[in-house]
Amino acid sequence: MQWLWENRDLVFGLSLEHVRLSAIPIIVGLIASIPLGWLANRFRVTRAIQLTLFGILFTIPSLAFFITLPSVLGTKILNPVNVVVALAIYAIAIMVRGAADAFASVPRDVIQSATAVGFSSVSRFWKVELPLAGPVLLANLRVVSVTTVSLLSVGALVGNGALGYLFINGYQRDFPTEVMIGIVFTLIIAVLFDQILVAIGRVLMPWAHGVRGSSRALTVGGAA
Amino acid sequence: MLFAAALAFIFDPANLLGEKGILPRLMDHLLYTGLSLGVALLVGIPIGLIIGHTGKGKNFVIALTGSFRAIPTFGLLLFIILFTGLGLGPLVFVLAILAIPPIIAGAYSGLDAVNRETIDAARAIGMTEWQILGKVEIPLALPLILGGIRSATLQIIATATIAGYVGLTGLGRFLIEGLALHDYTLAFAGAILVAALALVADGILALIQRLVVPHGVSRGMARTTTRSGRRTAPPALTGTPITEG
Amino acid sequence: MIEFRGVSKQFDDGTLAVDDFSLVIPSHKTVVLVGSSGCGKTTLLRMINRMVDPTSGSILIDDEDIAGLEPVKLRRRIGYVMQNSGLLPHRKVIDNVATVPLLEGVPKRDAYARAMELLDTVGLDRSLANRYPSQLSGGQQQRVGVARGLAVDPNILLMDEPFGAVDPIVRADLQQELIRLQQELGKTIVFVTHDIDEAFLLGDEVVILQVGAQIAQQGTPSEILANPTNEFVANFIGVGRGKRRLSVDGSVESNGNDLVLVDSAGHAAGVVDAPGGVIANGDSSPKSRSISNKTDQAGDA
Repeated sequence: MQWLWENRDLVFGLSLEHVRLSAIPIIVGLIASIPLGWLANRFRVTRAIQLTLFGILFTIPSLAFFITLPSVLGTKILNPVNVVVALAIYAIAIMVRGAADAFASVPRDVIQSATAVGFSSVSRFWKVELPLAGPVLLANLRVVSVTTVSLLSVGALVGNGALGYLFINGYQRDFPTEVMIGIVFTLIIAVLFDQILVAIGRVLMPWAHGVRGSSRALTVGGAA
Repeated sequence: MLFAAALAFIFDPANLLGEKGILPRLMDHLLYTGLSLGVALLVGIPIGLIIGHTGKGKNFVIALTGSFRAIPTFGLLLFIILFTGLGLGPLVFVLAILAIPPIIAGAYSGLDAVNRETIDAARAIGMTEWQILGKVEIPLALPLILGGIRSATLQIIATATIAGYVGLTGLGRFLIEGLALHDYTLAFAGAILVAALALVADGILALIQRLVVPHGVSRGMARTTTRSGRRTAPPALTGTPITEG
Repeated sequence: MIEFRGVSKQFDDGTLAVDDFSLVIPSHKTVVLVGSSGCGKTTLLRMINRMVDPTSGSILIDDEDIAGLEPVKLRRRIGYVMQNSGLLPHRKVIDNVATVPLLEGVPKRDAYARAMELLDTVGLDRSLANRYPSQLSGGQQQRVGVARGLAVDPNILLMDEPFGAVDPIVRADLQQELIRLQQELGKTIVFVTHDIDEAFLLGDEVVILQVGAQIAQQGTPSEILANPTNEFVANFIGVGRGKRRLSVDGSVESNGNDLVLVDSAGHAAGVVDAPGGVIANGDSSPKSRSISNKTDQAGDA
């Protein structure tokens, strides 16, 4: 506790950094996954290609990713962009599959009746398909959020782990308290993000109370 | 450039054997993975099957998998090692802890997805609870059970990379040494090796998973889904193979 | 003989599904329990093989209280057929039929041979033996379900709306098949349905149930049709709505042998044999009534 008080600026700064570095991949993952997931749900071929490609990227361990990305992106190995890009790729990999499931979860007869009452395909997407896919999208986004916050700390091994710095520093100084504080603050951020997502979901989808998402999402990363 | 150099390192016969060679480190990596997976299976499978068969403890599974995913394993491993000291035991312990939730979730969701009517019928014609579990639920749930094991295995392989940071070896050692010595060729070679191991393991498990799908279910319009929305289970219990390391 | 003695069942959530129910089901007869959903008929059925245990009262099979019997053993000597066949999707038809004999330790060869015979019995081609349930039609699946129910040659066959999920034409087929089978086998069949036409067609005896498994009326189909004890029964069997009160429609030219019958609302409901314009006097049993009565209830399932 005393250590925390004495180092409050450091911990606070690292927490802000953690929020910043993990928020970007989550947002990128959501935005990219909507068109990709829609395509994957719509066309068999794109589905197969996407799921295979992201399945492979998804399987690559994160530290390996952090190290190999610089040579692909032309960045320096200590550049935080590497970590953010790697986490964004994971986020997209989880979300694309989730979004495809989300669009598939929209009942077919609802889509048909929307078409029948005269929605154009564009307005049907925005006013019917996307809102109804919302709950499953949200469920997957929550997984992405928690995973990203937790994974980011590994970036500390390549110089960009935000709170992960406390793990390495505490380990090298043989000081468990520091490691513990890193873990606790990582958990706090994960919970905070999750609560924010739930709150957003409640505001945007008041009808979906209690809807927990598809069972396909149960095995995210399981069956590819 | 870097990529070519890394490949050259990997395929240089001089780097294959020897104390710091690829083969012994690969073997160590597989040893860590096998031990941790074994422990995780011993604990996780019975728990998952009990919860799935009785239907009691569903909320426990959800809470468990949700909260475990949030724990930064890298931090947890370092924390535990600071108390126990370096060694194989702490590593296996942490890796097993990491792997148990997806295994429980896979077994639970597999059993949960079996049609209630099928189970009801099995009971009605006089199967004992053990026979229902062994002859009906497990065969039908096998693909999802294996899905959980697959997730767990990949998480272990990925996270075992950290072993290289805490005085053990494994393929992660190349990464850590490379980073420490600013020898990025070495780090890159390590990254390729770990990624390749993960992909191969995933491929093998995917193949097995496909092979164990029971016949009557893969063909035609399988009626394994349950009625009345029992399948609207909470999302993403099994979790993701990507993790630390 | 199956006997219910003052049986009640209260579920954990407090609902009283069965309230002081007593009934004797004679051997070698088909008794149909019929009632709307939620009247407790399925609960009654499931008490016979101890899938549900009564809260109070007792159930006897051939004067033996089943509460003292091991449920699994009891179930293995009672056939059970349910609505969606309940077949094991990962096992071939032949294995599904042979399930219980194999559990009982019958050698595989004998069990399979017997299963093959049973396929014949229920009117399925032997070539289907190596298919999986998902490769069969709904009607075929139900036949497999019946074959499985008969596999250990049980004295008692419990049938829980077995034909409820198939289309009307297939259902009619399966019903006729069951009548034929029962003439051959003479099992004690307890059949649950919400379809009164099905009940009258299949039942030697019909028990009409109200909420809480209260017996509204019990008797042969003709007894019930002739003398509905109360308004509820009359409505349930359709007499109250005039669907079963038929009269000859004089406005239609007969072809000389048949007369058209109409219900009390004037809708055509069937024809009756009338050689020379005279209705033949009914010496026929209820099951072979020459009046082919068609009501809209068959489509309710």
